[in-house]
Amino acid sequence: MSTSPALTAERPSVPPPKRRTSTAKRKQYRAAYLFLLPFFIVFITMLVVPLVYSGYLSLFESKLIGGEVFNGLGNYVRALTDPAFLGGLGRVGLFFIVQVPIMLGLALFFALALDSFRARGSKAIRLLIYMPYAVPAVVATLMWGYLYGPDFGPLAQMSRALGFGTPEFLSAENMLGSMMNIVTWEFVGYNMIIMYAALRSIPAELYEAAEIDGAGQFRLAWSVKIPAIRPAILLTVIFSVIGSFQLFAEPSLLNTIAPDVITNSYTPNYYAYNLAFINQELNYAAAVAFLLGLVIAVISYLVQLGTQRRERRERSMP
Amino acid sequence: MKKARKTALALVTGAASIALVMSGCSPSGGGGSDQGPVSQDDIDKAMETPTKLTFWTWVPDIENEVKLFEEKYPAIDVKVENVGQGLPHYQKLRSAIEAGEGAPDVAQIEYQYIPSFVLPESLLDLTPYGADDLADDYVDWAWNQVSPADEVWAIPQDVGPMGNLYREDILAAAGITEPPATYDEYATAAKAVKDATGSYISNLGATQAGQMIGFFWQAGVKPFGYDGEETVKIDVNSDEAKQVADYWTQLIQADLISTDVDFNDTWYQGLANGKYAGWLTAAWGPIFLQGTAENTSGLWRAAPLPQWTDGEEVSGNWGGSSDAVLASTKNPIAAYELAKFINNDEESAMKLATEQFLFPPQVSVLEDPAFVDQQSEFYGGQEVNKLFADISTTVDTDFEWLPFMDYVYSSYEETMGTVIADKGDISAALDTWQDQLVKYAKDQGFTVE
Repeated sequence: MSTSPALTAERPSVPPPKRRTSTAKRKQYRAAYLFLLPFFIVFITMLVVPLVYSGYLSLFESKLIGGEVFNGLGNYVRALTDPAFLGGLGRVGLFFIVQVPIMLGLALFFALALDSFRARGSKAIRLLIYMPYAVPAVVATLMWGYLYGPDFGPLAQMSRALGFGTPEFLSAENMLGSMMNIVTWEFVGYNMIIMYAALRSIPAELYEAAEIDGAGQFRLAWSVKIPAIRPAILLTVIFSVIGSFQLFAEPSLLNTIAPDVITNSYTPNYYAYNLAFINQELNYAAAVAFLLGLVIAVISYLVQLGTQRRERRERSMP
Repeated sequence: MKKARKTALALVTGAASIALVMSGCSPSGGGGSDQGPVSQDDIDKAMETPTKLTFWTWVPDIENEVKLFEEKYPAIDVKVENVGQGLPHYQKLRSAIEAGEGAPDVAQIEYQYIPSFVLPESLLDLTPYGADDLADDYVDWAWNQVSPADEVWAIPQDVGPMGNLYREDILAAAGITEPPATYDEYATAAKAVKDATGSYISNLGATQAGQMIGFFWQAGVKPFGYDGEETVKIDVNSDEAKQVADYWTQLIQADLISTDVDFNDTWYQGLANGKYAGWLTAAWGPIFLQGTAENTSGLWRAAPLPQWTDGEEVSGNWGGSSDAVLASTKNPIAAYELAKFINNDEESAMKLATEQFLFPPQVSVLEDPAFVDQQSEFYGGQEVNKLFADISTTVDTDFEWLPFMDYVYSSYEETMGTVIADKGDISAALDTWQDQLVKYAKDQGFTVE
């Protein structure tokens, strides 16, 4: 990050607390810990403990007949050769590569547009674009499921009225695309708000300097605004990595409309759920979930690494 | 610090509970079959002791039947909870059993899921409480569902013997005045209906395992078997099953039967607007249809399923459920009496049939004119209950399930469902389904016959 050198440079100027802390200070510390306590309680009981427990579970194999036996990394080996898991992973990988650029591109476009016009009505437009995010994913999926319907969905009816035949939004070929559309619709506004907030915090001097240099709106956006909000964009990318690889609500709900298309392993998360609650393979489900977490961590790291390297390269340029 | 101590305590108890779970300590409920019969004195005493029972069911307004029970036994207080219908219900039930607490005393369980709760010894064997004596109160095949061997695992609540609901007006428009008696006639009728009216004679839900298994049941196929221990029989791709599959493949590929996924909006609309001229369904279908396709009242008729051999009278079953007592209950006698009362008391059983419209397995209701002689306006004044009561006696008595039907159904969706939706070869899909089931059973440690 561009701000980090400044921070480290400042740090030595703060005197290290050598003297014994006064009672007042101690009280303050105590209060601080008290305020932090609820977070740590929730963090430990709701995150760390279940994580450790499922990690433990993933090392066993339990059968309906014969009970639980230690299995080492057997479940992980099985997952890495399980076409259902790998297929799901490939599907969400494709989802990520196609959907995320579209979604973030749209979000960036709207954010820049709102930022440069700042005209009347922009508040209303901002709210309108943001609104779908306020709709829970479950409701959104049900709603789109209805819109996609081949017989009575308004999209199909319109298409038929115009003589284009019945579009098959829910067929095996189009399902992933239909899902991308739902997720894009849901999250463009959310990402836009993050980017827009970052844009508003750019100091005005930069704009003035750019204007003096004769930069137009597009040049301004490309050379000043986008680089300035790169951390915010990175944040939205990381969120999107996590979001797309954890895709769950959409497939599980669309499964009720098109169970013949949405297989049990349509996405890795949905697969883990089905393994645990339908197949009763809790241990294997834990291993799949762990592997998925690992994949997300690695990809998030790669994304971060990529942008950092690019930043360094750009800074070293004359 | 009070708070700090509390956290420490929370952490310790948290750790302790993990340790408990890790050591695999779960109270195992024994089947209880080793125990001698319970005496009438014990029962009287238990029914007079103030007791709280929890009852998990998704039957709407079953509180009315429970109220009758509470009036008879004022000391017993029953809490009715609806934790979801079907899969969510079983998931919560299994979680509670696994956790060792929070499970109800009595729970509704569909017949096909009983073995999956018998396997981990989660259900109470009801024979010591006198459940054996109830056998004659129910139609044979329904009783066999809850009592495959010497034990009794639940009390039957409702069943779904299958029949044929059809639109008389649409069939008449195709020149068909009698419901097809055999499957050959049915195929001929399907073509006539499609040609004359554009409607499908019926819809075969692509992912509806229950309906297909019902057809198997009718055709005498025995796809599953379970000895209650470690041996299962899996034979979904037998020659008989393939005959059934080939029949439907032909109709589907000729576009005479639609394969829309059922129980969703598109399908409801199809029933209401004549896209489907009929529905091969279970005894709970007539009332269900009445609510779904109100605007077509008076146009529908009910008939037995088409037969494979002319002159035969055989049917299968699709759906239905029972009430079981969990092995973990602290009040087994009261819990058993509740399960029994709801489904055996004459007034309660009659209420289930006429107010909740559950199709009865109780012989007393099936013979009661108040139920059988009801005329249904939706079906042009036909005595639909009588028809299905007659069909109920023609269901093959022996039909078993596997102790992992959740997987069987989801595997059906994956293998059969996709092929049916794609109008592919259903027979070949049966082989894939068979392979998946056998592999799963072996992986789970079963001996596969």
